[in-house]
Amino acid sequence: MKKLITLSVNSLEHELAVEANVSLADVLRYQLGLTGTKKGCGIGDCGACTVLMDGVPVFSCLVLAVEAQGFDILTIEGVAEGSELHPVQKAFVEVGAIQCGFCTPGMVLNALALLDKNPDPSEADVRLALSGNLCRCTGYQKIVEAVLTAAKDMMKEEAQPEEAK
Amino acid sequence: MAESKIKSWRNDAREKVTGQAKYTDDLSFADMLHAVPVYSDFVHARIKRIETKAAENYQNVLRILTAADVPGANRFGHIEKDHRIFADDKIRYWGDVVALVVASDRESAIKAAELIEVEAEALPSLHDPEEAIKPDAPLIHESHGSNIINTHRIRRGDVEEGFEDSDFVIQRQFQTQFVEHAYLEPEAAIALPRPDGVIEIYGSMQHPFSTRRFAAAVLGVRLADIEVIGTPMGGGFGGKDDTAAIVCARAALAAKLTGHPVKIRYDREWSIRESYKRHPYRVDYKMGVTSEGEIKAVQCKIIADGGAYCSTTPWVTWRSTVQCCGPYQVPNVHCDALGVYTNNVVAGAMRGFGSPQMNFVVEQMVEIAAEEVGISPVEFRHRNMVKQGSVTVTGQKLDDHTVSMSEALETVIDEIDYENKLKSCSFGKSQSDELYGIGLAMSYRGMSLGAEGMDFCAAIINAQFDGSIILEVGIHENGQGAQSAFILLLADELGVDRDRIRYRQPSTSTIPDSGSTVASRGVLMGSNAVLAAATEFKRKVSAAVSSILKCKAQDVRFADDRIYGRDEHHSISFDRAMHVMFLQQQFPFAFGEYRAPRVSWDEKTGQGKAYFTWVYGCQAAEVMVNKKSGRVRLTNAVAAHDMGRVINPGMALGQFYGGMAMGSGYALSEEIKIEDGEIVNLNYNSYRIPRSVDLPDMSAIFIENPDPNSPSGAKGIGEPTNEIMAPAIANAVYRATGKRYLKLPIKIES
Repeated sequence: MKKLITLSVNSLEHELAVEANVSLADVLRYQLGLTGTKKGCGIGDCGACTVLMDGVPVFSCLVLAVEAQGFDILTIEGVAEGSELHPVQKAFVEVGAIQCGFCTPGMVLNALALLDKNPDPSEADVRLALSGNLCRCTGYQKIVEAVLTAAKDMMKEEAQPEEAK
Repeated sequence: MAESKIKSWRNDAREKVTGQAKYTDDLSFADMLHAVPVYSDFVHARIKRIETKAAENYQNVLRILTAADVPGANRFGHIEKDHRIFADDKIRYWGDVVALVVASDRESAIKAAELIEVEAEALPSLHDPEEAIKPDAPLIHESHGSNIINTHRIRRGDVEEGFEDSDFVIQRQFQTQFVEHAYLEPEAAIALPRPDGVIEIYGSMQHPFSTRRFAAAVLGVRLADIEVIGTPMGGGFGGKDDTAAIVCARAALAAKLTGHPVKIRYDREWSIRESYKRHPYRVDYKMGVTSEGEIKAVQCKIIADGGAYCSTTPWVTWRSTVQCCGPYQVPNVHCDALGVYTNNVVAGAMRGFGSPQMNFVVEQMVEIAAEEVGISPVEFRHRNMVKQGSVTVTGQKLDDHTVSMSEALETVIDEIDYENKLKSCSFGKSQSDELYGIGLAMSYRGMSLGAEGMDFCAAIINAQFDGSIILEVGIHENGQGAQSAFILLLADELGVDRDRIRYRQPSTSTIPDSGSTVASRGVLMGSNAVLAAATEFKRKVSAAVSSILKCKAQDVRFADDRIYGRDEHHSISFDRAMHVMFLQQQFPFAFGEYRAPRVSWDEKTGQGKAYFTWVYGCQAAEVMVNKKSGRVRLTNAVAAHDMGRVINPGMALGQFYGGMAMGSGYALSEEIKIEDGEIVNLNYNSYRIPRSVDLPDMSAIFIENPDPNSPSGAKGIGEPTNEIMAPAIANAVYRATGKRYLKLPIKIES
């Protein structure tokens, strides 16, 4: 028996008929075609499916789609503003934090949430915040560096007087 | 850290960071069906009947496929054609697939799969290779006549004499484990039946050409009847060759028989259950040394658990034989390697390919020997390591490239301040709960396939008349950054901006079979194919524009997005040159091919020029060991490798850090556990790969000696960084605890 729900994803409202037991990750990927959210384990252990719900990172493979109603859901597709990359994304590209790219969306969203709470994190803060996101390619080093770089860039931007922006 | 100054660039970074990159499971096609594999509860059994009726009648199920539905070869493989696409006569391991359920939706297929019943006669199963090689052991592949898949050997000098001339003879047994590649993206495949009769395949695989071979064999069609499209993939590390190809072949079969596009997407549990792993090794090692610290003789016996099918076991164990003495000169060597069938999960290629196991052995043996003799392990290494002009244990003279073993070792020692830190090592004694240790390990790695197989690669430059350039290379993008390296190299060769070049990931129908993207051969082989194509391209363009530039064709130069004659006053833009080509009805198109220099091998003696070039590397690790918990924490790691020319420094760093991280998991946490033939740890909650908090800030150093064996100058780095981390950590753990750990993963009793 399908349920009719409304999901707010990347500032767009979607009316959807979903099975009660279907995960948010599956609805995002296979019903909405937002395939930037990846699935690596299905049990909340790899972090590839990380999305933000009201700014809080969740493993979307562990969240039921019906439970996600009423939240503002942000997926990787909603992070850049048009063609303008978010500073976190820019840092990932410039620092060289991307290899196979399968963990990248989850890493970026988790980093976004971290910097929102803690704009000036230490290396240890970043490593801890990303500890639920697995990466097999990079050894995490460039990912951590990218998040620290983004933090600096965002603070610099913040510090600029309004008219200079 | 200095590395942060290094610029990084890759052509696919933007699509990946915005979630736009389309991996196989991100694609879908109209009328697409879904298929799922069916496993049985058996580990080793003779199949009597596979009951599919109930599953066939389940909602939305279109078809159930078994071995009986395979029109071509149900048995295939790189070397031995023994891998069953669907188990036919027997089930040989817990991951054997007996059937494929094809349904209009995946959920129905999964539910229907549970309704399939396998009737079979359970057979005694073999899980220990030493049991499997006993003469009375039941045969896993009756037609093979033995459970021994293959043997390799080295016979050099006279080991008996060597041991007699030795003052110390040291003997140890080492053991390593099954390891999962743990690529983040599980296997996936989509096959489309095209109107022209070709089956088109998208898949998460690192060898499009072997995928094509597998699919063509299964369908009983010719290679041109299958087109495998290069698709972004979420990691491979050697693990997406034959079993990933089989997933694609099954999708191709389902597509062919149903006339629909068919997608197969693996759950992590299926991936770990079925896919091949790194070989567990048991190695008996005997080393004879003189009181001056000279290695006189090595005798070793290597037994590799190949699991249920042959896969690449003969090639993996061959590399182990070649590198059985590490980067040391040993005059007398007697080495035997055996690959053995068992009823365990299949073992095959994984980053390192038979060298991580041997380095774990050798790099501890040299330290044990040094201690017996009473000289420092570093000094011991210096005395025995290969140097310019040295002869390897397979009789290869290292005189045609820079032998930089000593440079790599000294670089790491300096960078990590090894000699000073040695003084702080705990050797089991400390005031606090924490024990400190530092250790290092080194290796030389034979690059590319060596005498394992055919080794050649193609590249195509197809410039357009407006000055834009399309580049294709027969190497697959596994995520390592092969495409960006080729673009950067071509931009450099043609003196053009890299933005002018668009990379097209070729399909198996658009470029010649250039082999697998394995063996750290991607950039090595691909860059030289690009170089060859660029040379041909420039020859053609030079001939076309030389009259305009008023010079001879050989004097034409390519730089700054322009093409120059004899001086800067005679030049035209690259765009204009392409237009000139158009007016002359000349194609700005070039094909380049590169064949690896000759190698040789004598199976009887294990002597020959095994590889055409080598990468020399050293890595050091610092650890803290908690006395109470037994937990080992990696606190620092440094690596230096002579990888020849570095084309894309940012991505090369990624290969360093990623290799070191994977090696630390090999050393400390990773182990596929098999109980009664069944894998117990089928997902990341129980199979622990390193997380961000498990790793320190690491350091990477490039050594870039020129190497005439590679015209582009590039060698490769994917595997060297992975293959010496475990012994470096083991040696550090020794200096922390005072104990030698000869078994992987290292587990410290608290």
